[in-house]
Order: sequence, then structure tokens, then C-alpha cells
Amino acid sequence: MSNVPADLRYTKDHEWIRLAADGTATIGITDHAQAALGDVTFVDLPKAGKIFAHGDVFGTVESVKAASDLYSPVSCEILEANGALNNAPDLVNREPYTSAWMIRVKVTNPSELAALLDAAGYQAVL
Amino acid sequence: MSETLARTPLYALHVELGARLVPFAGWEMPVQYTGIIEEHLAVRRTAGLFDVSHMGEARVRGADAASFLDGIMTNEMSSIRIGTARYTVMCQPDGGCVDDLIVYRLAETEFLICLNAANASKDIAWMRSLVGKAKVEIIDECNDWAQLALQGPLAEQILATLTSLPLATLKRFTFVIGEVAGAAGCIVSRTGYTGSPGFEIYLPSASADKVARALLAAGRPLGLIPTGLGARDSLRLEANYPLYGHEISERISPIQAGLGWTVKFAKSAFVGREALARQAEGGPPSSVILFSLDDRRIARQGAAIFAGEVSVGEVLSGTLSPLLNKPIGTALVAAGYASSADLCVDIRGHRIPLHIATAPFVK
Repeated sequence: MSNVPADLRYTKDHEWIRLAADGTATIGITDHAQAALGDVTFVDLPKAGKIFAHGDVFGTVESVKAASDLYSPVSCEILEANGALNNAPDLVNREPYTSAWMIRVKVTNPSELAALLDAAGYQAVL
Repeated sequence: MSETLARTPLYALHVELGARLVPFAGWEMPVQYTGIIEEHLAVRRTAGLFDVSHMGEARVRGADAASFLDGIMTNEMSSIRIGTARYTVMCQPDGGCVDDLIVYRLAETEFLICLNAANASKDIAWMRSLVGKAKVEIIDECNDWAQLALQGPLAEQILATLTSLPLATLKRFTFVIGEVAGAAGCIVSRTGYTGSPGFEIYLPSASADKVARALLAAGRPLGLIPTGLGARDSLRLEANYPLYGHEISERISPIQAGLGWTVKFAKSAFVGREALARQAEGGPPSSVILFSLDDRRIARQGAAIFAGEVSVGEVLSGTLSPLLNKPIGTALVAAGYASSADLCVDIRGHRIPLHIATAPFVK
């Protein structure tokens, strides 16, 4: 069974979003996603300042088996990408919800947040 | 479109071991148990046990068996000694590959041939279509045999606890027939598809589950783990062994694939001889290279190879080499570029310089 923390929001594309009170958010991929990918070997992430619309491809996560696109769960501006994943992409397999966060963003259209899934909603799509 | 997948005699064991099962060549096969990199490294350092029961087998026997095989295979079959195996390619008249195979000589007039799973029915039909007046019988034994590959530096030590067969004196590409873990009629062959030492064991399907469990029990304390098709692919690529449908295919000949050593022009006529001789003399239009990248991105099948702005080829196989901790792969490149120092591969818009390897990444 996949781990689905109750305090996060999710997309059906298996990304998680941790919302902060200041209008920023942290984004990564779920435990289910990392298990499906297998050994992660590379994570390609955008530079700070890049702007993405909801649904845009913001990066790529690559495993021995396949390369998969990462979709922006909300419209956002990149504040920071997780540099630790450059040297240790396997963190995605080990700690998908904590040290393997991928991007920290400013949410530019907060009305999109309502469409995100809660933990129960995400469990239902697994 | 739904297709019923075949299951090997080890299906229940795979489920018990928590394997991730995927469709492969019409079979439901374990791609991994714990993780491809961990399984890969176990084979390089200790040992891994693969279920390769999806592979096909055909028995070819009769007074003309050796000369018949000489006429349809690129390598020389009549000179194989009993108890010895030989790698060969079977070609179309145009030089394209029908399959690559290992041929075991069981007796003067009897051979067992190991076929790729995806090609097994095609191969048997192809061989039968070429029999003509030869005194030879081709028997489909795909359902009779299971196959295990026990690979890694500790493979011999582990197998020796379960058999009295003379493993220590068994040379590469030779085999013995006897009992393993109480199962009679096993063919134990010192061959493999990993680049590490080890054995391939052909065993009656009904014995497979018992033998596999005995091997795992004997080997676990020494570091043996079950290993899946994912690791099998990264291991064979480090060793630069071709995979049908990638480095060799109906459109890529053994000459193009760097398997010229399996093509014996000196023997009597064989299917594909003229086309292959033309390629060997004039140079083929394209050839297969082995490469590594100084990057983290993996160049996967179909990725374009460039010399400057000119597209000169495409990637055939790609993976991460756990040994090098770098991406490696093979590519088909146009004549004249096979030793170029200036090739790049396009990975999602990134041009990554490609380092051509002149030897396999493992010996």
C-alpha cells in the first residue's frame, strides 16, 4: 500500500502539493509514483523565476526504466528547485514526501487550488 | 485488444517474492523484485537467480541434423563437439536476422536450440520451411523446459551445494546433464547473458519451482537474490551482448551488429551468405556502436544521433550502467561515423556528447 499523508493535496498525475500560509507551495511526486518508476536516476528541474501554467511540463523524472514528465499542478512561478536531487536522485525513492521535494513555488492563481485532490480523493484514484 | 499472457512454472514463486510482473514477449514476467540497480549489483558481486523460462527450445535431430543446421546458421554447426554449445545467428537471404541462438550438441545427430521468446514460433516455422529433403526432425519443446539463469561470481559455489555434476571443470560454453536439487534430466550449461560468470540450467518444467526454491535457500546466505528482466537488460548491455529487436533484427545483420565473428564464410553455403559477404567486403551501410555519456540522462531507444546538424543514426538500447554510474547504450550509425569523436545524442532537446566504447564495460 502506498503512503498518502493526510496533510497534503494531490493530482491524479501523482504529484503532491504542500500549501503554506504565505501563498507558496512545495511540490513533489507521491510514494505511489516513485514505486511505479523504480530506481530514480535523474531529476531535471527548472530554474528559479520560470513561470508555468497549470498542466505545463515543468521537469522530468527519470528512472532506469523510463523518463516521465512532471506536470505543474497549479499555475506558478518557481522560487527554488531542490538541488539535493542532482547528486542524490535516489532520495525520490527513499523520502518522496520530505527530502525529495522538487520545487518550491509561488502560486499565481489560487483559484486553481480548489481542484486539487485531498488524501481521500487521491487514494480513490490509486 | 486483450491477449492472454503465458505464465512460467515459477509464477507462484514470483508473486510470493513480491515481483513486479509485466508483459514481455507474450509472457507475464518479473521485471524486478527489489530494484533493478540492487539486482544488477548482486549479479556483479554475489549472485542473482533469473527465471528465463519464457525462452523457447527446439530439438533438431536426424541423420542430416548437422549439415541442415550448417545450411541455415551463420556459425559452423558441424564442428560443435558433443557437450559443447555455440552462439550463432540465423539469417534471412538478405542478411537480416531471423534470431540469435545458442545451439547445444547433445549427440552426433541431435541438437537443442535455445530461441528468443518473441521469436520461438517464427524460428520453428522458419526452420521447418527450410528442411526440404534433409533427414531431420524439428521438435517444438518450448513447453517442456523451464530455464533458470544463476549468474554471478558465487554462482558455482551455490550450485555446487545442490548437485554432484562436475562444475569446477565445466568450461565456458560447455554443458553437462544430470540431477540438480533432486531433479533429474537438467542441462547445466556454463553460459549466460550478463557478463558475469554463471550457469544456465534447462530443466523439466515440472521441476522448476522445486529447483528455484532450493537454489534461493542455498544461496541467500551468500547474497543470492532473485533478479528480474530489468537487471538482465542492464547487465547484458554492460557486457555488450545484443538483444533481438534492438542490436540485431530483420533489418540489422550480424555484420552490422559487430557479430562478424559468428559468420563463417569458409563453410558450405548457408542462408544469407551472399548478402553478408557483400556487406563484409564493401562495408555495411550502417553499424552498431556501444557508447557511454557523461550525463545523468539516459539515451533511450529511438533517440537521434547527430554529427553536427546531420542526423546520422538512432539509439537502439539505453540504460544506466550501475557499474559505471553513467548512462550507456548502443546506436545504429551510418557508415563512416562508427568511430567518430564528434557524435551527440538528442535527449529531449539536449545535445549530449557521446563517447564511443571500443570494448564492453565488463569483460
